[in-house]
Amino acid sequence: MIRRTFVTTVAAAAFAALAVPAAAQDVLRIGVEGAYPPFSSTASDGALVGFDIDIAEALCAEMKRECELVQQEWDGMIPALKAQKFDAIVASMSITEERKRQIDFSDKYYQTPARVVAPKDADFEDTAEGMAGKRIGVQRGATHQCYAEKTFPNSEIVLYGSQEEVFRDLALGRVDAQLSDSLIALEGFLNADEGANYAFLGGDHIDVECYGEGVGIAVRKNEEELRDEISAAIAAIRENGTYAEINDKYFDFDIFGERPAAE
Amino acid sequence: MENLLSYIPLDISLIAENFDRFLYGVWVTLNLTFLALLLGGLLAIPMAIARASGHRIFNPLIQVFTYVFRGTPLLVQTYLIYYGVGQFDVIRNSWLWDPILSSAWWCALIAFTLNTAAYTTELLRGAIADTPTGEVEAAIATGHSYRSRMRRIILPSAFRRAIPAYSNEVIFMLHGSVIASTITLQDILGVGRWLNGRYYLAYEGFITAALLYFLIVLCITWAFRWFERRYLRHLVRRDAAPQPTEAPKPVA
Repeated sequence: MIRRTFVTTVAAAAFAALAVPAAAQDVLRIGVEGAYPPFSSTASDGALVGFDIDIAEALCAEMKRECELVQQEWDGMIPALKAQKFDAIVASMSITEERKRQIDFSDKYYQTPARVVAPKDADFEDTAEGMAGKRIGVQRGATHQCYAEKTFPNSEIVLYGSQEEVFRDLALGRVDAQLSDSLIALEGFLNADEGANYAFLGGDHIDVECYGEGVGIAVRKNEEELRDEISAAIAAIRENGTYAEINDKYFDFDIFGERPAAE
Repeated sequence: MENLLSYIPLDISLIAENFDRFLYGVWVTLNLTFLALLLGGLLAIPMAIARASGHRIFNPLIQVFTYVFRGTPLLVQTYLIYYGVGQFDVIRNSWLWDPILSSAWWCALIAFTLNTAAYTTELLRGAIADTPTGEVEAAIATGHSYRSRMRRIILPSAFRRAIPAYSNEVIFMLHGSVIASTITLQDILGVGRWLNGRYYLAYEGFITAALLYFLIVLCITWAFRWFERRYLRHLVRRDAAPQPTEAPKPVA
């Protein structure tokens, strides 16, 4: 497990130590993934980079807290949070009803739709009938597993430990198609060399039961104070332009998305 | 009520609802493990004989093979076969790709077979080398050729001596087979991880998988105890053998 500590600024840390209650003086440990480009990935020198990482750092600066990033594999993320391995998850985790039974979420910090990716010459559609009998690669433990099993009941859903493995096997032809976040597919696969012969199949897949209300920052239940502090920080960096700065570094459109209808 | 339920640490209903998936996982695990053991065992016999006899060409080659496969983790071997081999266009365009190397099941079987073959070779080589010289000399004296004494005397006796150590190899292979779940196969652990992923659980899938593995190991242990009783009876010390029904008379 790779850990990286960063101090926002010496002055901010000193101020925090003086001005805020005891609990806030502790280092805030944030769980991140590191295998989900462009949101988080591990650079060749071992450093964690990506949108999630920058957002985590911006939020820590906004909250004037010292933070430590803890890298954790995706399918152990929620158990690790509950086991106090870290205090918050900034790992592109969608807010869903099923997850909310286990953990609590801040307001969303972005929302992108899911789409199917298949070879350019694919002769099937992204519907239950079109995908029948096909092998669909999906990341295990993700909202896409829920959606794929619900939407494509007659397909073989092939589960992977990380999204990178899904792309690798799609490129090798071991699966006929894959379902993932559209942006992840674009940045992590379609724009890369391996994805040259692949394209989006059909349109956006939106589903409240599986995909929920967007992507939020997860905290343990009964930590309303931390949750509200993070939500306030998200609103603040949206307001003061920090979010836009990070957004433009990675994407050519506003990834924050529309506000969900149910408010 | 909602609150009370949240204190129960296991969601048993989810396990029960999906138990048919776990049974399928048991089939995949047993299928892969025992097929690999069978094929690996068949490969190991000639290799062990070549090792024990110190064949000038085969012995060093096989020694390199067993060093490599015993010296590297099974997970790495499986990844190299599943993800590594597919990177070469030559292989992807050959008859090897479809239906063999493109399939996760075949990749796992190949990795497991080669791995267990390496361990079993060394185990058998040791058992062959341990054959009492008296047995070999008696075979030579009665005019057995090398081939005939290997087949009639040395191998049967070596197999018997290898039984206790081989039971460990079987259990290691079963436990090693969880690696199948990392390359998309729905073995016992694969189903456990599917359950955890589908319902955002922390350990229900793992506990069910652990119990299933435990039951299988229990069966394997029983089977080997039976084998040992049957085939190693001649090695049981007389005074440790079952007492006659009548109580022994006290020594005067």
